[in-house]
Amino acid sequence: MTLITLEWFYAVIGAMLAAVAVRIARDRGHPKRWGSAAFWALLAAVFVFGKQLPPVAVGYLVLAMVALAATKQVERSQEQTAAREERASEAERLKNGLFWPALLIPATAVAGSLLLARIHFGDVRLVDAKQVALISLGGGALLATIVALRVTGAAASTPVAEGSRLLQTIGWALILPQMLAALGGIFAQAGVGEVVAGLVTRALPTQFPFVAVAAYCLGMAAFTMCMGNAFAAFAVITGGIGLPLIVQQHGGNPAIMAAIGMLSGYCGTLMTPMAVNFNLVPALLLELPDKNAVVKTQVPIGLTLLATNIALMYFCVYRF
Amino acid sequence: MIKLIGLVVVVAGFALRFNTLLVVMAAGVATGLVAGMSFNEIMAQFGKFFVENRYMTLPVVLMVPVIGLLERHGLQERAETLIRRARAATAGRVLLLYTACRQVSVALGINIGSSGGAHATFVRPLVAPMAESAARARHGELSKATVETIRAHAAAAENVGNFFGEDVFIAVGAILLMKGFFAAQKIEVSVWGMALWGIPTALMALAVFAWRCHRLDRQVANEAAKFRANEIR
Repeated sequence: MTLITLEWFYAVIGAMLAAVAVRIARDRGHPKRWGSAAFWALLAAVFVFGKQLPPVAVGYLVLAMVALAATKQVERSQEQTAAREERASEAERLKNGLFWPALLIPATAVAGSLLLARIHFGDVRLVDAKQVALISLGGGALLATIVALRVTGAAASTPVAEGSRLLQTIGWALILPQMLAALGGIFAQAGVGEVVAGLVTRALPTQFPFVAVAAYCLGMAAFTMCMGNAFAAFAVITGGIGLPLIVQQHGGNPAIMAAIGMLSGYCGTLMTPMAVNFNLVPALLLELPDKNAVVKTQVPIGLTLLATNIALMYFCVYRF
Repeated sequence: MIKLIGLVVVVAGFALRFNTLLVVMAAGVATGLVAGMSFNEIMAQFGKFFVENRYMTLPVVLMVPVIGLLERHGLQERAETLIRRARAATAGRVLLLYTACRQVSVALGINIGSSGGAHATFVRPLVAPMAESAARARHGELSKATVETIRAHAAAAENVGNFFGEDVFIAVGAILLMKGFFAAQKIEVSVWGMALWGIPTALMALAVFAWRCHRLDRQVANEAAKFRANEIR
């Protein structure tokens, strides 16, 4: 048994998302008042009741959210934050005190990850070791909110209002990572990876050790770009190309293959809009008009590192 | 072959600029149907995975309230003030320093934001304003395009530091996933070996990013000079 689970944090998140929905519903000047309010309310329901609802019901709620987003019913509000002059005078007043709450989040996350999993009362654990990193991070964010309220002397409604504004900046892209995870799951069940691996093995002269390495690294990068996630690509491409060709056929070292292979996947992550958390959400958070600006910046880095990885693996994997 | 229809839908959907959520759902439905699932079964799969992966959205939703609150009270402005005092600072140097610190801390197992959370906690409120401010201290007012270039590089600084520092630490998800994969195939692979072989690429990533930062500084200087010339005219 565990005392603190992620479900608690999902309930807090649900409350925050519900607050976003309520704020939009009460905002007469909102460009898409009811569609946007419905989107955030549905998402709040999935966060709070996700475990209790049957999966098929959640699926249809997700379908409704997708329909709202696809028909352009989800928009951001016109609310603005404080003017620059006001923010500058606040910065002058609070000085470096502003940094403490922001630094408290990683500090709590690290301390919590190291300590919390060790606390238990007989068979009753405080937190599940598998969830400790996220629980510490979430706890750190909540703690930082309280400290920030004390430091700034702001009203308790301010974090909700500002959080709501920032969440609307991200908009429907917020649920894209979860959608892609679901797509990955369906691909895995349908056996898409095996088909890809089979095609590569038949199409390329993999009897040459270099071709095997290049096919594996490029396969990791390309499949990661399609899925937005190197972890999903790893099992498929390593099982389909890496193990049979590099390790079994050519006698390569599996540790070197796996380490550099995973990093080749990360090169793909740098180059795809499907890696939403890393490439798309930051572009929205930084209020860039071009949503692909981060990807475009990273493409030269990704390509250079991918070429390096192929060379590195070829020179090392058959030698050590 | 027909099972690859999902990949086709993804690529075509992106090319035709349909709503991304719609593309992803259509790809899932198409793949599920050709694999013989019913529509309700596919919806149940979406529901199941959507609920299982709620943790992906946790960092950003829990962090934006406090970050928004601090920003309202001048967090970005304070970061800018601090960087203006550092004479040697340029946008590129600020970003390179951040990437190096991020790589080292992640490699030591200190992860300040999983699932892209550090973009909300660090990049938006601190790193991007500091880099912009360093450029302003040196070159005066910047054009909108220049500011956007610097911001995109700030996001890249976080991603490069995070991705290519991570696998040097043995207790990280990626290494454990690889270990689990090999265990299922009955192949004995040491986690230390995999972590060690992450180091060459980690160093190379820092070198490549240093080169990008150097180019960023040159680009900012050029664009700022042009921007000033236009202002005077």
